[in-house]
Amino acid sequence: MLQETVMRQPSRRTFLKVSAAAGGGMLISFSLPGIADAAGGKSATLNAYVRIAPDDIVTIMAKNPEIGQGVKTMLPMLIAEELDVDWSQVRSKQADLDTDLYEGQFAGGSMATPLNWEPMRRVGAATRQMLVTAAAKTWKVSESECETASGQVHHKPSGRTLTYGALASAAAKLPVPDLNSVKLKDPKDFKIIGHSTRGVDVPAIVTGKPLFGIDTDVPGMLYAVFQKCPVFGGRVVSANLEVIKKLPGVKHAFLVGAGEKLSFMAEGAMQQNGLSSGVAIVADSWWRADKARRKLEVKWDEGPTAQQSSEGFAKQAAALGPKTPAKILRNDGDAAGALKTAAHVVEAAYSYPFIAHATLEPMNCTAHVQGDKAELWAPSQNPESGRKLVAQTLGLDEKNVLVHMTRIGGGFGRRLMNDYMVEAAYISKVAGAPVKLVWDRTDDIQHDFYRPAGWHFFKGGVDADGRVVAWQQHFVTFGSNGKFASSAGLDPRAFPAGRVPNLSYGATMMESGVPTGPLRAPGDNALAFVFQSFIDELAHAAGKDPLQFQIDLLGKSEMLPGNGAGFNTGRVRGVLEKVREISGWGKRRLPARSGLGVAVYYSHLGYTAEVVEVAVAANGFVQINKVWVACDVGSQIINPIAAENMAQGAVLDGFGAALNQKITIRNGRVVEENFDGFEPLRLSQAAPVEVHFVKTDNSPTGLGEPPLPPAIPALCNAIFAATGRRIRSLPIDPALLKAG
Amino acid sequence: MQYTLNINGKKHTVDVDADTPLLWVLRDAADLKGTKFGCGIGLCGACTVHVDGEAVHSCRMRVSSVGESAITTIEGIGATPVGAKLQKAWLEIDVPQCGYCQAGQIMTAAALLARNKAPTDAEIEGAMDGNLCRCATYLRIRDAIKQAARETLGAAAAPKGA
Repeated sequence: MLQETVMRQPSRRTFLKVSAAAGGGMLISFSLPGIADAAGGKSATLNAYVRIAPDDIVTIMAKNPEIGQGVKTMLPMLIAEELDVDWSQVRSKQADLDTDLYEGQFAGGSMATPLNWEPMRRVGAATRQMLVTAAAKTWKVSESECETASGQVHHKPSGRTLTYGALASAAAKLPVPDLNSVKLKDPKDFKIIGHSTRGVDVPAIVTGKPLFGIDTDVPGMLYAVFQKCPVFGGRVVSANLEVIKKLPGVKHAFLVGAGEKLSFMAEGAMQQNGLSSGVAIVADSWWRADKARRKLEVKWDEGPTAQQSSEGFAKQAAALGPKTPAKILRNDGDAAGALKTAAHVVEAAYSYPFIAHATLEPMNCTAHVQGDKAELWAPSQNPESGRKLVAQTLGLDEKNVLVHMTRIGGGFGRRLMNDYMVEAAYISKVAGAPVKLVWDRTDDIQHDFYRPAGWHFFKGGVDADGRVVAWQQHFVTFGSNGKFASSAGLDPRAFPAGRVPNLSYGATMMESGVPTGPLRAPGDNALAFVFQSFIDELAHAAGKDPLQFQIDLLGKSEMLPGNGAGFNTGRVRGVLEKVREISGWGKRRLPARSGLGVAVYYSHLGYTAEVVEVAVAANGFVQINKVWVACDVGSQIINPIAAENMAQGAVLDGFGAALNQKITIRNGRVVEENFDGFEPLRLSQAAPVEVHFVKTDNSPTGLGEPPLPPAIPALCNAIFAATGRRIRSLPIDPALLKAG
Repeated sequence: MQYTLNINGKKHTVDVDADTPLLWVLRDAADLKGTKFGCGIGLCGACTVHVDGEAVHSCRMRVSSVGESAITTIEGIGATPVGAKLQKAWLEIDVPQCGYCQAGQIMTAAALLARNKAPTDAEIEGAMDGNLCRCATYLRIRDAIKQAARETLGAAAAPKGA
């Protein structure tokens, strides 16, 4: 979905340079008019990305939202490398949303690296070229005699040197070189890329400077809370507004979407990425708004889904599982027939619950709507979509909606949705003032776009030689009219399709009022658990080493379609072999009730194999002792210190989901309210994670997501190795793992 | 109600309701936004500050109960030797991902190191387990606390050895 968003963007202004890049991407907007007259003493803006001041400070615009993935450091590193400046000269500055100047201003799908790896370097190289040209003209020498280093141009034959700061004004008057033909560095000459570069915002973070959306302060700003119906899709009928309006500090209290459905409101239970019905309270402080909310008495029309529950979904799924799937996704050979003749048959039902994102910074947005204009300060992973939603909701021209991008206190996919932006804008419009809307934790946990729950019913068969000969899988999931709910689908080409001669994938969809959406490694964060656990079951049934079994199943090294963009079985094998080596797989003797588990997955263009070592206590407590990660995201790790952090965090995030997390639906609403009911991983649960990057001759790709999916099955497979108990349902229930 | 608070060694006079949590007084009345709102009920530690040197969840402390106590926030912790060492370790180890929890992490760690100069792993876990990091930067948080502890001890020991 996100890849399409990026690729479709046309150039909207004639001076933009947009052309095809190697590898199928697009080159980004570059030259700007009206900035060529930068006079001496002023900064010269060479393009939308780079500003060079006379004191040689180079300001590089960071165009993407920073959610902790390190993009505000990484994208400028790419430009700075080819610009040939020292990192100490560079200042990274967060750009506003400006789709005329920038492409792909979103954070999602681990796409920043693959989309920007080449274009950003070309921006840097072209800017460098302009500075060289300016120097050569100044000296009246040939450009080929000029070299650059550390933000200076040198003319070797005459020993002359000019700094970029001295050249910038002249360079800004030059035509922009063809981005496609500028020369890029040989990677062996990289001085910034591949060298650990600490996060540009860390000094501000550790000293408590305002950076995040929730820290926004606008003169005259009021504070808002917004109470939505606890039942998804429910609507407000009435509320004790006259009482609320008299409470201290309350400036406005009003219903949103009472009675008749407003034309701009969110459509349908599955698509609530818009304005929901509810009650808004606006006060002179957030505390007073929130306090007033506790006096709120609301009559809701809870709508048609108020009887739904997790328990009900599970019962329905259990009844559907043994039946013929409503939708056949794939049918190779004769799986039913092959199961009859297989040497070993395994039958298993797997399930996983809804889970929430629970970013630590609650949803919030500050909006100021004035007449036909709106200005927003939004911690959004997808601000362009938010701008569109705000414009549609308020009937504004998108050009009149200005979105400032703030640092974001956690994304994980939650902030690809922009419901809180629309709420803030709508409330500001009614209040006639700038408004900061802040959700509380209960709003956040109870009004998410959840990782959908799912149920998988497997039958698998292996022959006497231990080859997988049959695979039958019925996925009971959510959807409507034959269409999967968001992040609730299954790719018919998903591995091991193509490697098992008799294989069928089928799906049956249940209707639900629970909004679903992408959560870090969407789809894969759940599918890896079921696929990789079931493959491990088959390995054990066949009496084979689980890691070698995985390698054997891959077959010859080639590209296979599926799992998104298609993947290379040789690269999967490469990370499996690496993790075998670094974990000492098959070579270590472990104590009783301890074990190693392995899993591998291809996700978001990255390949990751993981081995987990666990010790399971007699009472069922799962102690994770160590994790080994082998990850192939191409030829170059752009920022090693950040990459290791990201990979470790992704693995531990997976463990948090596997060990702790479940969202329970009862009476059409979420039961959990805060971090007591829905708990992210804590420090005492964080096992050491050793990360090895396998460098291969492939263009670099992203790292935010790929290491997460295999963490969960590797953990569950380790628990099986330790206890002989198979985890087929998440979160892991220690009661099932008690000794005896 | 008017309250005069002693925050980071400076007097701040604020006019807020008596039941306002210290968190919102700091953020919205004193304009010190480094202290973060995460859960509102003391489960995540994002709002941790020091009150007379003790780590406190500021979301759970009413302004009316603060009195003349000395409040230290992330904006002021760098003035203490332990706070400065922690900030340095956080920078060198490049701890944060999103960064939202890190003020609370540093404040809890600073209270720990102030009373226990060389905490064991178990003591670090005991002190820090109330501070959630949704990005799970825990391995680096642990390393940074240990580094700061070593450097604090080293700095204290240096004059003796010299």
